[in-house]
Formats: sequence, structure tokens, C-alpha cells
Amino acid sequence: MSAGAMSLPSAGWKTFLGRRTMLVVGVSILLLFLIMAIAAPLIAPYDPILQDGASRLQPPSLLHPFGTDNFGRDILSRIVWGARIDLQIAFLGVAFPFVIGTVVGTIAGFFGGIVDAVFMRIVDIILAFPFLVLMLSIITILGPGLSSFYIAMALVGWVSYARLIRAQILVLKTSDYAVAAVSLGFGRMRIMFRHLLPNAIAGSIVFSMSDAVLVLLSGAAVSYLGLGVQPPVAEWGVMVAEGQSFITTAWWITLFPGLSIVFLAFGFSILGDALGELLGVHE
Amino acid sequence: MHRYRFVLLRPLQFLPVIFGISIITFILVRLIPGDPARVLLGTRATPTAIANIRAQFGLDEPIWLQYFYFLRNLGNGEMGKSILYKIDVLNLIATRIEPTLALVICSVLLSIAIAVPMASIAARNAGRAPDHAVRIISTFGIGFPPFWLGLMLIILFSVKLDLLPVSGYGSTLGDKLAHLILPSLTIALSLSTVLTRSLRAAMIEGLKSDVATAARARGMPERIVFWRHVLPNSLVPTINLLAVNTGWLIGGTVVIESVFALPGMGQLLVRAIFSRDYMVVQGVAMVFACATVLVNFLADIATVAADPRVKL
Repeated sequence: MSAGAMSLPSAGWKTFLGRRTMLVVGVSILLLFLIMAIAAPLIAPYDPILQDGASRLQPPSLLHPFGTDNFGRDILSRIVWGARIDLQIAFLGVAFPFVIGTVVGTIAGFFGGIVDAVFMRIVDIILAFPFLVLMLSIITILGPGLSSFYIAMALVGWVSYARLIRAQILVLKTSDYAVAAVSLGFGRMRIMFRHLLPNAIAGSIVFSMSDAVLVLLSGAAVSYLGLGVQPPVAEWGVMVAEGQSFITTAWWITLFPGLSIVFLAFGFSILGDALGELLGVHE
Repeated sequence: MHRYRFVLLRPLQFLPVIFGISIITFILVRLIPGDPARVLLGTRATPTAIANIRAQFGLDEPIWLQYFYFLRNLGNGEMGKSILYKIDVLNLIATRIEPTLALVICSVLLSIAIAVPMASIAARNAGRAPDHAVRIISTFGIGFPPFWLGLMLIILFSVKLDLLPVSGYGSTLGDKLAHLILPSLTIALSLSTVLTRSLRAAMIEGLKSDVATAARARGMPERIVFWRHVLPNSLVPTINLLAVNTGWLIGGTVVIESVFALPGMGQLLVRAIFSRDYMVVQGVAMVFACATVLVNFLADIATVAADPRVKL
């Protein structure tokens, strides 16, 4: 299943909202955050980093809808700017493992034999490590920061995609059209990546949506621990960490960035569910 | 007893994985830039201490020989010393196992206690309003960042209601349990979303099974059919799901121990990362990895014990 982490079993739920509605809701939520990220300078009412001593720790009001933090920074503005970082985390944190895992899985599944055995043992070993522990160990060596997070994610996250694609390729390579392609004398690269892969990829695309949730949560958690995005950059996990010292008096500093993560994650989840039903994939 | 033959065979299959774990942890520390001996001992190390470490780990020898020394030291139970705490890494880890183990056990028990009623309600009302409500809750729940959820629970139960301690770990049993409630609840709420989905699917299958039909034919009330026949059978796949999620669960404890300042292995790991206490990072990663392998093995045994039809 997933290295990342929580593996979703097949639920077999009858659609409640209808797949169309789910698709629309999921895409709308993601678009909302995307627009927020792109147009951050236009939308955000205040500077996300500039400190303002006069308006420290203000509760939500008309001037500051989500309140201000201990440096007098507007929480809403920081959330809007934070969308840039957190969307980037979800996108790049999925894209690198997706590409690496898909290539490795295709090659392992297609060639089989010793190539397959070697790659799959590596997968087993990486899966033996708790995902976050291995990531944190790699970040220790590379030093804290967002680029370390992406490298660690790429090194650890590809295993789920490799397993998914490999299983598909193993089935597909004995299919009639694959045998036909071989007998027509097509090259291995062409058969692997033009014939087999497009038919094998649906499951990975659906999985990448639930993976995006896990990557987003991991990125925020790593930043919360102080090992990812570094302050004063506005990122939702960092914002939660900054608000922790003030939870007894200023709950709004932690509440709103967390809700943003929940909302964005919900967008990915529901889009994943909708895609799963549209593409007929059940993990 | 041939059903349990895998208990003897499985550890052999684990050997390559354990071997791989040792290689990865070995490589991790060797990848740190700079002289390993100086890195391991810190900047103020004496030349004699550095010479000792060089001899112990054979740092002037070829890399494969260094790995052999690493394995030999491991076999002797030596994983180096912590720079920060000045004691053997394994001894240090041993003092931190209890809170982590207690947290994992409480979280799993709590998540089952949450998931069973949720899944039962959903399965027995499949396709109707309660089922959809459970689905929406679990779809939302998966996206809750555990560290944030923990803080929200602190605000609610410790700050507003003043019922439970904010952070730390007690000394007496009752005190310890009180400190474990919020951290376990945080992890359990996240974990139960996944368990609920799996349990619900298994229960719906169980309600349609021959066992359930036969029980109904004997005139058994639906309630009894569910609790006596459907529920126990649906717990078997859940054991496996819990095992698959062990890695995630351990990752969760690392973060949650930091949120609640629980002095467990996770908190030890995070502190070690900040103080660049590499031998501790290496040791904790290794212990966690071996624990994950062990849990999967135990889950296999439990699955076979729970369901005689399963052959591994």
C-alpha cells in the first residue's frame, strides 16, 4: 500500500453527493486555494511578514478578520500567502515521488527477474522504516529547510508509486495488445511507456490525491517541528507552531492556519474519491 | 500445528530487510559532511577521544570493513554514545520506550473504541443518512493535522474546561494515564478515520455472509447476529490494517510527543535532530524500523490465530 502512510482500504461507498458534485466541489476548493496563492499580493490586506508592534495579539475583528499574532501580523494575510507554500508542498511533494516511482515501477514490472527483485527489496527496506522517521533522519543530514523536505520526500515517497505501477504492469504485459506490440517489433521503451504505462496509470493518479493529503500533512508537521519551512515565511504548519505558546490567550493564531490545512486536504480527498469512481479505480 | 510453520520461516525472510535497515542507518551517518569522528564527538573533543573513535569504528579502513565494524558493535549492543546525554544510545533509548509504547497502545485501543461504534452505525444503516454522515466525518478527519488537532484538544480540555494536564508525563500510574489521554485521543481520532472505513466495508460483507444468514434462519435477532457473528469476523482484516499503518502510527507519536512534551522516543528523536546528536538519530531510526518489522510479524500471527482459514 502506501509508504506514506495511512493506507485507505476499499470502502465501496455508494456516492452520496454524486460523482459530478464531488468532482465540482473538489476542483472548486483546489481552484480557490490556487487563485488565493497566485493573487496573494492582491487579496491579502496586509504584509505577511512586516511586524506591527501596535496591533499585537488582537482577536478577530473587522480590521483583522482572523486576528493578529504576537508580532502584530495579520493572520488572514499570512494564510493567503501561506497558500503559496502549502500548495507547492502538496504539488512538488507528490510530483517527484510520482515520476520516480512510476519509472522504477514500470521498469521493474516490465523486465522482472533480477531488476525487479533488487528494486522490490529496496522498496521493502524503505517500507520497514516509519515514513516520518526516515524523512526526519534524511533531513537531519541535509539540514532543515524546504528543499531538504522535497529531497527526503522524493527518496522515501516513490516506493508507493513503484508498487502500484509494478502490480499493474505485471498484469498488463501479458495482455493481447502488449503481446501484439512485441510481435510487431516495437522497442521496449515504446511498449513500456507508450503502450503499457497509459493503461496502468489511473490507479496512481487516484492515489496521488490521497497522497497529496499525506504530503501536505507531513510538510506542515515537519515545518511545525521546525525542520521544514523556516520563520518568518508564512506557512500554515509554522503558523500553528508560532501560535502554540499563546493557545491559552490567543487561540485564533493556531485555529485558522489549521483549518486551512483541513479545508485544502478535504479538497484533495473528495477530488480523489470522485476521480476514483470516474476512472473505476478502487484501491 | 503446521498452520504456524510461518512463525519459524518468516524471520528468515526478515533477514534481508533487517540487513537493509542496518545498511541504510550506516549510510545515513556516513553521509554527514566532515570527519565522522569529530561529528560524533562534537567540536570540543580531545585528540585521544577522536583516536579512540577512529579505532572503534575503523574510520581509516575501507568502507566495507567499516560496515563490518558497525555490525560487530551492533552485535555487542553498542550504538555509540549520545553527545548530549553522555550515555550509551541503547541505554538512553531504553529509558524512553515506556511513554512511546504506552502512547501507541492507548491510541490503538482508543481508535478501535471510536471506530467500532462508528462503523457499526454506518454498516447497519448502509446507504442511509447515518452512513453518509460517517463518510463525511471520516473524509474530513483524514485531513486533520494531528499536531494541530492536539493543540485544539488542549484548548478545549485543558484551557477551557481545565480537566486534563496540558503536557508532560507523570510519575504514578494514574498520573501517567491522565497525561496520556489527550495525546492518545489525538492519534486515535486520526487513526479511527481509516479504521472506520475498513471496518464498515468488512461489516457490510459480514452482514451478507452465509454465517449471518444461517444465524438469522435460526431465529436469532439481528442485534445478536451483528454482535456475535459479524463484528468478530470484521475485526480480522482490521488487525492487518493496523499493522500496515504501524509506520504511520510511529510517525504520529514522533509529532504528538513533541506537541505534548511526552518524554518518549519520538521526542528524543526530534531533540537529537536539533542538537545534531547523530548516534541517537541513527539508534532511534533503527529501533523504530525493527519495531515496525516485529509488529507486522506479530500481526501475521494474530491473523492466523483469529481465523483458522488463513494460511500464510
